[in-house]
Amino acid sequence: MGRRRNMAKRTYSWLDERFHISPLIEFMRHKYVPVHRHTVWYYMGGVALFLFIVQVVTGILLVLYYQPDEESAFESVRFITTKVSFGWLIRSVHSWSANLMVFFVFVHMFSTFFTRAFRKPRELTWMSGFVLMALALGFGFTGYLLPWNELAFFATKVGTDITGALPFIGEPVKILLRGGPDVTGATLSRFYAIHIALLPAIFAAILFLHLLFVQRQGMHEPDYLQRLPKEKKKLIPFFPNFLLRDTLLWLMVLNIVLFLAVFFPWELGEKADPFAPAPEGIAPEWYFMFMFQTLKLIPGHVLFVEGEVLGILFFTLVGIAWMFVPLWDLKQRPERRPRPMTVIGVAGIVYIIIFTIWGYMA
Amino acid sequence: MANDQCLACHVEEEYLPEGYLENDIHTQAGLSCAGCHGGDPTSDDADIAMSPAAGFVGVPSRQEVPQFCGKCHSDIGIMRQYQPRIATDQVAQYYTSVHGQRLQEGDQKVAECVSCHTAHGILRAKDARSTVYPLNVPGTCQRCHGDADYMKEYGIPSNQYDDYAKSVHGQALLENQDTGAPACNDCHGNHGAVPPGVASVGQVCGHCHVNNMQYFIASRMGEAFAEEELHGCEECHGNHRVEKTNDDMIGTSDKSVCVDCHAEGDPGYEVAKTIRAQLAKLTQSYDKAIARQSEVQRIGMDDVDIGYLLREAHQSLIQARTLVHTFDPEKVAPKTEEGVVKADEALVAAVAQIKEHKVRRRGLGMATLFITMLVVALFFKVRQMETR
Amino acid sequence: MAVSRRQFTNLLLGGGLLGWLGSALYPIVSFLRPPKIPEANVQSVKAGLASEFSANSSEILKFGRQPVILIRTESGDFRALAATCTHLDCIVQYRSDLKQIWCACHNGLYDLKGRNISGPPPRPLDQFAVNIVNDEILVSKIA
Repeated sequence: MGRRRNMAKRTYSWLDERFHISPLIEFMRHKYVPVHRHTVWYYMGGVALFLFIVQVVTGILLVLYYQPDEESAFESVRFITTKVSFGWLIRSVHSWSANLMVFFVFVHMFSTFFTRAFRKPRELTWMSGFVLMALALGFGFTGYLLPWNELAFFATKVGTDITGALPFIGEPVKILLRGGPDVTGATLSRFYAIHIALLPAIFAAILFLHLLFVQRQGMHEPDYLQRLPKEKKKLIPFFPNFLLRDTLLWLMVLNIVLFLAVFFPWELGEKADPFAPAPEGIAPEWYFMFMFQTLKLIPGHVLFVEGEVLGILFFTLVGIAWMFVPLWDLKQRPERRPRPMTVIGVAGIVYIIIFTIWGYMA
Repeated sequence: MANDQCLACHVEEEYLPEGYLENDIHTQAGLSCAGCHGGDPTSDDADIAMSPAAGFVGVPSRQEVPQFCGKCHSDIGIMRQYQPRIATDQVAQYYTSVHGQRLQEGDQKVAECVSCHTAHGILRAKDARSTVYPLNVPGTCQRCHGDADYMKEYGIPSNQYDDYAKSVHGQALLENQDTGAPACNDCHGNHGAVPPGVASVGQVCGHCHVNNMQYFIASRMGEAFAEEELHGCEECHGNHRVEKTNDDMIGTSDKSVCVDCHAEGDPGYEVAKTIRAQLAKLTQSYDKAIARQSEVQRIGMDDVDIGYLLREAHQSLIQARTLVHTFDPEKVAPKTEEGVVKADEALVAAVAQIKEHKVRRRGLGMATLFITMLVVALFFKVRQMETR
Repeated sequence: MAVSRRQFTNLLLGGGLLGWLGSALYPIVSFLRPPKIPEANVQSVKAGLASEFSANSSEILKFGRQPVILIRTESGDFRALAATCTHLDCIVQYRSDLKQIWCACHNGLYDLKGRNISGPPPRPLDQFAVNIVNDEILVSKIA
């Protein structure tokens, strides 16, 4: 025991001498996380991070057998689920974890919004988080096509068509995305490259920044807590207490993912046939459903503008506004209720929920 | 053609024959009105153009039609310049048919060339618009044969089309548009159309159903049928309304065709019962294995090898069903046994896959146990740290 | 008491961690082991040595989920065709006496190019490519 400790100490000092890690450790040691009735939301980002790690691990494993080409994409996924040992598990975990990740990203985002954690000094943390969310949706959109099954094929067709409706830049962007005028094997290669190379690289860089910001600035405290004197606050050290709690939750999430993957294995569906008529029930992934449903509802033409263009314009503007929330945040006297930002957030959630349900009912 | 005064005048006067088509095959080959009807197409004077002196023959009577067409169609010397391989025996064949013989006897109601091919809108038989295109043949025959009043004096039924349309052949041809399926003329002949006789029924069906015919002819039933002058296939399968066969057709139930002749106690009755049981044994094993296979597919397990085994079992089943026509249980048994073995192998393989799927869940149980253990341990650790 | 509880927790923690590592690593390591059939979409199948394949004979190959018939003609050429009859999906066979492909179920006949020439089959059999590389027969899909 003593010798082992000695060894660790020596290694530490060897490293410290070269990389000066003591200040970092010192910083970590003095980092505290407040405990209050909203603490639970602090964990959401961590869960999303954990699911991202699961995605990286399972994704790397899947790449070993997946073949991104029109002829064998579907077959290779079927091969993974039937012939490769534990392939079914890895694939199913990748799919489930992807969906849960998007879900937790949304939860994390809205909890940050409602606790007004995006305010100064965390404007950049919010914006980098928004970019991460957009990238996560990009992961979902590109990954959905990769098994090359019927539903994904047509959903991608519809999805890229929507991009094509944009004025001026729409058509070139659509062709750029598809790698040609239609969704073909070329699209599959592109989506594959975007999914496993382009997005992970950008995502990793921005994730690093996002985490760096969080570490540097510490956890945001709700308004009422900020006004309390320090002695009255309940604080726990970030390391190891908070981190261990994080791990605890991560393990529970892992259990849930495994359970879902085993008991509700992700379906493979039928192989895409580009010449077949579109099947019934083409649906994008659930997290695109509210947008999809909105676009369906907008009439063909609204005052000389194509309905679809209007819809895309709307979502683009809302997206930009959402990204820059910290800059136009409506501050009002705290006693004034309901607070305008809360109203906006609730309206957003209600809208998303109603349109998602509507999309699945229709 | 451009200087064809017959056409010029008839078009101008809007006096064209019924069903006239510009892309009629004769017109396309450069044969205009005068080619068949005679006369002088260069003259614009109707009296000169349509005078007997100019060779005008006018409209042939029904009885004259075969000879009228045969002028060219029976002469290979003329026909080969249009189609080197064309047959020229249609008229000769026609006079051997029931239609042709009755026409010669003066019956004005029977079909001649024009009745089926039309007169002025003739298209190649391969043209999908033609009245004699395979898909259109049943409809063409039905125009007369489906008319009960028209057929009354001949004492023949008029429900052949309806029967045919319900048959396995009719479904294949009319609904699935499979031109390989037989239309009326494939069994009855076309120009030489007659009802197939007793001796020829088996040959007619056996033209496509080769194995069934050979097994039947070599069987005891085949011999007995020949002696009794029974109509081979037709006795059990019917004629126009040949339905898709099923296993109920053999055996001793009410749906069986065997019990029409074989009563209990008769050796034939026992044979029917035995063969039926042999088939039932195989279909049961097969259906059971198929149900398991779809379960394997649904749960996303590997069904490739199961598929191969089931394919073999299915093949044995198809062959056993054909072997029914030997009416010999000893010939059917090896096939059904072979199939049962394959189906059972498939079933075992499928059950193994399903079991494997459950083992996976047990595996999850293990993993969950470890993770839960870790969760609990962490929970206590955190609590210990924080209460200290 | 506190010490022993602490020890117990540590034991649980260590055990759980080991178990967790095992249950995470075992599937991953198994996943990395290449399966017996190394390819997802069968593009080609090896069918033994050409020198050992006698003329006027045939063999049924498993081409992924599809059976394929490999035939060596009398003149020594190799032909590969889908082995499922286009009539009712029975498996066809090469008849060395007829020098044709025959389906036992309903007496369907195909020629050595896979064309349906008699009996009930409605369509020809699909063709596959055969290549001989260093005496090894390779049957592959025609792109």
